[in-house]
Amino acid sequence: MSTLLELRNVTKTFGGGLFQQSEKVALRDFSFAIDSEKPLITAVVGESGSGKTTMAQMMLGLETPTSGEVLYKGQDLRHCSRREKRSFRRDLQAILQDPFGVYNSFYKVDHVLTTPITKFGLAKSRDEAQHLIEQALLAVGLRPEDTLGRYPHQLSGGQRQRTMVARTLLLRPKVIVADEPVSMIDASLRVTVLDNLLQLKREFGISLVYITHDLATAYQISDHIIVLYRGDVVEAGNPEQVVKHPEHPYTKLLIGSIPLPDPERRWGDDLIDGNGGNVEHLILESAERAGSLRP
Amino acid sequence: MRPILEVSDLEVHYPTPRGPLVAVNGVSFALQPGERLGLIGESGSGKSTIALAIMRLIKPPGEIIGGRIHLDGVDLLALSEEAMRQRRLAEVALVTQGAMNSLNPVARIRRQIRDGMRAHGLKLSKSAFDDRLAELFHLVDLRPEVAELYPHELSGGMKQRVCIATAISLRPKLIIADEPTSALDVVVQRRIMQTLDRVQGELQSAVVLIGHDMGLMAQFADRVAVMRAGVIVELKGVKELFANPSHPYTRLLMDSLPSLDQREPSPATAGVTTTAPPLGNGAPPASPVPVENAR
Repeated sequence: MSTLLELRNVTKTFGGGLFQQSEKVALRDFSFAIDSEKPLITAVVGESGSGKTTMAQMMLGLETPTSGEVLYKGQDLRHCSRREKRSFRRDLQAILQDPFGVYNSFYKVDHVLTTPITKFGLAKSRDEAQHLIEQALLAVGLRPEDTLGRYPHQLSGGQRQRTMVARTLLLRPKVIVADEPVSMIDASLRVTVLDNLLQLKREFGISLVYITHDLATAYQISDHIIVLYRGDVVEAGNPEQVVKHPEHPYTKLLIGSIPLPDPERRWGDDLIDGNGGNVEHLILESAERAGSLRP
Repeated sequence: MRPILEVSDLEVHYPTPRGPLVAVNGVSFALQPGERLGLIGESGSGKSTIALAIMRLIKPPGEIIGGRIHLDGVDLLALSEEAMRQRRLAEVALVTQGAMNSLNPVARIRRQIRDGMRAHGLKLSKSAFDDRLAELFHLVDLRPEVAELYPHELSGGMKQRVCIATAISLRPKLIIADEPTSALDVVVQRRIMQTLDRVQGELQSAVVLIGHDMGLMAQFADRVAVMRAGVIVELKGVKELFANPSHPYTRLLMDSLPSLDQREPSPATAGVTTTAPPLGNGAPPASPVPVENAR
């Protein structure tokens, strides 16, 4: 077993400079590893301020940790040669939240697909490039003739996001870091994008780090869930265990807060104890006592 | 009983170079006093346009082409601009998704709420206003000190509470809440919805809740209207809708909701083992991270 990417005891703080009184810890003592042989989908679940995006940025080499190490094939990212960095940038690909912001609205969508081909020299000829692009689009269930030659605003959010998945597919990365890939997409189109991501693992052996605030989709697609709260891992385990038998009060609160699509079941009933009292405050209090929730 | 709101054959167009875009295409519904109607649909379905039409805030070149809107028996579309302005906030109030951005950044919360009341004809003495403010803040679960703060000193949830307090400051007969919680985390969302629930019970205002989340509708609405492409495709009692959705689009919306009860044995996830170790070098922690480490 070989480790492709590892975050080892990574901490990231912001602020605390000359003019700021206190520094803010975005992520604390976080460890995580991705195996290069065994593709897995890991969901990192958290709300705003949990540190999930900071984690993604460090995983992608866009932020450097304040302490701890980010290791690519066992070597600290800061000491990688240009060549290794280049291979790192190909092995790790990102899919971000906003499926519109990544496009330049003056260019046709073809642009985001041809750029990686030129940058990484993936094709020898124009025809080969065209062929690769069409294959990638077909693989995510888009018809090349309906997608190519169009401008970003002419596609739906779902189509734009699937085009991004196709782009990453061109590069055959080992890992995709997807930061809230479906939160800006209509519910009826979300499934198609999530299916694409699942398919990447199944057919192409690509590992996925799925960053989301939505525990329900995390439960549906992931092999492993990590719950972050204010920079700390408060719970980690397989989805059944995390969702059905959460141990940490914050996870319980998170699960109880999801509105149930069932008018017969009252929202937050899971948070009510046997005597009819609301345990929400108890949960927060006990969590604070345990030291994992700060006021 | 006479309905508090009656919308009939409403039609709203936005002109484009290629002919009018029909945002709302002949929509009719009615609300009884104190009733909660959910209006669910995806982007571009016309749900927010309906909210703006009721408030008569459709921006030109958008235009209400046809139909009638009666609020408590008064034909809103026949009113002068000034008469309509007076009715806003006093009789019908709108809480939007970006309500937090509608706060004036350079005014204390106290002044913003007082300005709203004054502009709509209620001039109170200082002590009477203080009493009213205390009552409002109690209702929306805000500490009294918040009145003296500026918007940037508040969290997203607190700002949304301020907006709800402003909306109910003149006890309107109808509150339109357009995606009031979509910019908030789930834990905060549940608390805000509980506040809206309590406020509605106290004031007995009718509420139109606009959103895209079936779960939220199930937990809040008495009746639900499903919108697609400018028309209501289905409108019925919430229990009946969930037990027996008759329109295929309603079913699609429900099916696209990821469940927390069961991991669907979709072909993509079937056969995936969840025991492989993705965390750290060794085996995954069988239980959540010990609390000492999770600090």
